[in-house]
Parts: sequence; C-alpha cells; structure tokens
Amino acid sequence: MTSTPMPTMLPLPVRTTAPRRRRFNAKAWAPYLFVSPFFILFTAFALFPLLFSGYVSLFKWDGINDMEWEGLGNYLWTLDLDGLKWDALFHPAFWEDLYSRDFWRSLYNTLWIGVVGGVPQHLVAIPLAFFIHTHLRRLRNPVLALYFLPFITNTVAIALVFQALFSTQFGVVNTILTGIGSFDIAGFHPLGWLFPQTRIDWANPDKTRWIVSFVVWWRYVGWNTVLYIAALQTIPKDIYEAAKVDGATTWQQFWYITIPLLRPMMFFAVTLTMIGSLQMFEESYILTGGTGGVGRVAETSAMFMLKIGMTDGDFGTASAVAWLLFMFIALLTWLNNRLMKPKD
Amino acid sequence: MRTSVYKKTPKLRVALTRGITYGTLAIGAFIMLLPFWYMMVFATRSNTEILSVPPPYWFGTSLLQNIDELIGFRPHYWKSMMLSIWIALATTALNLFFCSLAGFAFAMYEFRYKERLFGFIMATMLMPAFVSMIPTILLMSRLGWIDSAKALIIPGACGALGVFMMRQYVGTAIPKELIEAGRMDGCGEFGLYWRIALPLLGPAMGTLGLITFIGSYNNFVGALLVMRDQSSFTVPLVLRSLQGTSAATWGAISAGAAIAVTPLLVLFVFYSRKLIDGLTAGAVKG
Repeated sequence: MTSTPMPTMLPLPVRTTAPRRRRFNAKAWAPYLFVSPFFILFTAFALFPLLFSGYVSLFKWDGINDMEWEGLGNYLWTLDLDGLKWDALFHPAFWEDLYSRDFWRSLYNTLWIGVVGGVPQHLVAIPLAFFIHTHLRRLRNPVLALYFLPFITNTVAIALVFQALFSTQFGVVNTILTGIGSFDIAGFHPLGWLFPQTRIDWANPDKTRWIVSFVVWWRYVGWNTVLYIAALQTIPKDIYEAAKVDGATTWQQFWYITIPLLRPMMFFAVTLTMIGSLQMFEESYILTGGTGGVGRVAETSAMFMLKIGMTDGDFGTASAVAWLLFMFIALLTWLNNRLMKPKD
Repeated sequence: MRTSVYKKTPKLRVALTRGITYGTLAIGAFIMLLPFWYMMVFATRSNTEILSVPPPYWFGTSLLQNIDELIGFRPHYWKSMMLSIWIALATTALNLFFCSLAGFAFAMYEFRYKERLFGFIMATMLMPAFVSMIPTILLMSRLGWIDSAKALIIPGACGALGVFMMRQYVGTAIPKELIEAGRMDGCGEFGLYWRIALPLLGPAMGTLGLITFIGSYNNFVGALLVMRDQSSFTVPLVLRSLQGTSAATWGAISAGAAIAVTPLLVLFVFYSRKLIDGLTAGAVKG
C-alpha cells in the first residue's frame, strides 16, 4: 500500500487523473476481462457466421468447390417473382400462384402456424395466470408446474408421441373426440354439434398445420403463463382492494386493472412468441417427418432454408434465404416496437 | 376473495362459476399431461396393443421388450444418452461461470461503454439463430469439430439470458460495500468474484443452471447441424432417427422418448418450484 489514500469508497471513473498506484490498474481492466467471454464467443459463433453468410449469399457455392460470383442471383432465385401477374393482385389466382412458390409458401406456413399456434397461447395464458394468481393458494405451484411441464420437455420426444396420438386409426385424440361426440343420452348426442362422431382424417394435408399449431400452443402456453404471473406479482394488492371496496366484480377487476397493467409484459411476451414463431423448426420438422407434410403444407421457413443448405448442399441460396428471413424478422420486430410498445 | 361483502352474489351462481372455472382448469391440465401419460403407457405396451382400437390407457408389461428392441435397433442409445447429459452438464458449468462473471462485472463495476455493451448483449437475444446456421456448419467442419461434443458446448458457453439474469441478481443480492471491503483487505479482482460474490449467488445459479441444462439437453437443431455419425448422435437425434423407419415400433419409439424425458422429469419433480419461482422473480425487472 502506498501512503496516498485512494478514495475507493467512491465510484472511480475509469479515465482518472488520480495518481496511479500500480502500472496495471486491475480495477479498470477487470470488468472488460470479465465480460469478454460473451463477446469472444458471440463474435466467433454468431457474428462471424452472420456476416459470412451475407458474403456467401452472393456466391454460388457447395462448400467444397470454388465460390462463383452470383451477385443478387440467389436472392432473385429465392424470391422467384418471375411471371407473377401483378395486375391481378386482388385475385385469388395471384395468391395461389405465390403460394406455389417455395419461399413464399414456407413463409406463409410459418406465419400461419405462428398466428394459429401463437395467439391462443396468450388468450389462454392471461386469464389462466390471472386465475392462478388470484384464486389459488395451495394449488398454485402444482397447477403452474403442470402447465409449465411441456415447456421443459424434449420437443422431439413429445412430437413423436403426438404423432401417435394424432393417428387417424388408433390415435387417442380421435378416440377421445369421437367418444365425446357420440356420447349418447337415449339416442340423442348432446355434444354432437361440437365434437365429431366419425374419425377425423388427421393425415389430410388440410389438418397438418392445425396439428403443428396445436403442439406449438401446447408447448408454450405454460411458459407464457409463468411470464404473466411474474408480471401480476408486481401489481400491488391494494389496487384490487380499492376496486373491491368500490364494488368491482372479478371480471371488472380483470378487465380494468389487470389487463392495462399487464401491457408491458404483453409486449415482451408477444415479442418473444413472434421471434420464436418465425424461427419455428422442430415441431413441424418432427411431426411431418422432416418433409413438411404432403404438399409441404407445414414446411416452415427455417425448414426450407436448412433443406436447401443441408439436403441440396446449396450454401449460397440457403444463406440468401436466411438473410431474407432475417430482414423480414427485423422488419416485424421494428413494426411490433412501433405499434405495441407501451410508452413509459 | 370472490364473494365480496359489498355485493352478494347468489350461491348457485357462485357454485356454477366455480364449477366451470375449475372444470376448465382441469381439462387444461388433462391436455397438458395427456402426451406424457401415453408416452409412458405406450412404452410399456406391445405394438399390437398400441395399434388396437381403442388404444390402451393403462400400463402393460412390455417395457423390457420395447427397450430391448430399441437397443437392438439403435445400439448407441445409452451412449447418446451419456453424451447428451455430458454436453448439457458441461454447457451448464461453463454458463454458470461465464454468465455470473459477466453479470458480476456489469453489476459491481463502473466502466466505460458499460450500458452500451450490456444493451448489445440484450439485443443479441433478438437475433434469430437460423441466420448463422449454414455458416456454422462450415465453421465447425473447418475447425474439425464435426461429430465432436465441443461443437455444441463451446458456442453455447455464455448465453445472453444468463448474463441478464446474473446482473439482476448480483445487483440485488450483493451490497457493493461488501465488494469494496474485500478490495480494501487486498483481495484481487477475480478473488472478489470467486470468494465473495460466487458463494452468495446460489439461488440464481440454480435457476440459470436448470434453464441451461434443459435447453442444452433438448437442443435438436444445433446437434442436427454438427453431429453426423450415428455414434455421436445426441438423444434428440437418435429419437428423430427412429422416425419413418419401418423397423421401429411405436413401443420402441415411446420407450426411447420416455427414457429421454426421464432426466428432465426427475429434475422437474424436485426443482420445478425453484425454477418457476426463479423465472417469475427474474422476469419482474425485465
């Protein structure tokens, strides 16, 4: 220790003119050293690949032979806009034509599954979180754990099981649905209008996206519930007390207190769902055996990209697909930020 | 809570509402559990039983045959299981160390560009993973890491979410004065982290450890990119490889799936409360 006392109790600015005790000021350098692993790993395994894929996307390349300059050729090939009848934009034929083009179909499928599997997650999670938070005490943790369980399990394992459950012939889902549908009181089927009485043909391509969406919903609804419960815990109890004194019903409390105060978390959770949905891969990949199903109706964008990259070995085009999707996601995230972000 | 003193609701209506809400809750819970239940049931049933109409809903006696068939079909299954657990453990250990170190730095030091660096880390969470997938394959083959556990452990060794969680936790759990006191006593900068901060990070480490372990153990896409040879398949890849092959029966597939999920279920039974509490507490400030 030197005789000049350092004012160590005060936050010390890094670029200080105070007399330096040591040639190497550990306190100034340590934080950079401590945070460096993240940046080293990120640069090597995320940033470099990101930029490199941008570079590769401009070439024709199979990863082995020499790269051949393509310019924007890969992007144009991916977008595949040749021969689209733009003047018939409001005609169904235009959209059918667009749907028949691989990139656009995969994007449509991704958005479809994202909306059908994603929106109900929040529609269920918010009331569920409210109910668990306000009405359950002893049952709170078991119930929450039960709904959270799908989130922590192996998607591949569970998707395989779902494949068996959704089998048309011996599937449990059909057994349960037709069982309820044919529930019989003196020859009358009270639930027949809501549930089928004959087996649903789940192998039909019309159903594939529904199944994938259902599995996605099933997997993430508990995760969202946990997020909303986290937010509910921050709402002070006295607000509800005051509302009750004023005669507000549970429903009114939910609608006029909980929902407005949940907005920041809704923004956060919806953003997470959106980003996750746009990268949808595993659920669809396993449920359709890696093919995307008959007519590739459930092939998501990420599946499309990996198919081009890994099966076709066309790294240039796969990188172009990746960058197009990246830009699309960035655009959606930006829009989401503009439209939904609560002002505070 | 539900019946207010100020506004009496008829008893029948209360009972009816209660019945409907709890009924819905139970149906939801039933849907959540159904696949797990049938995974376990199918794992103990022969193929003819599974394919009968209606399918069995209670356990059978064919578990060992199913496992035998699974192993006969995929001799590497246990090895894959060990590999998956090893990768998950190694990733978890590295994450706990690097994330808490970074979180400690962000919470306990003032340094130039601190908030910008932190903001950057947060922004990386929004970056879609698939953008870098194709070059990752190339990078890994250039490094010679194809079919090596390194290819899954090293890139995932320090997650942004972990840094975030640790910064939050260190900031609330450790008083800056404590660190200052350690420094006055001549403790080195790393010693401040290792001897003072680290022992106090238990709860947050538990949550982060669980999340990382689960995420790594379940990682399918990452393994799909870099693990090519059957002998280096992780569990999700082995399960995937059972699909579409005429030889694998539903019983064997279900047994494989059930074994794969078991470590997670065991963890969850013991630590679900800790995990959920940790997540809800951590997200409060998010």
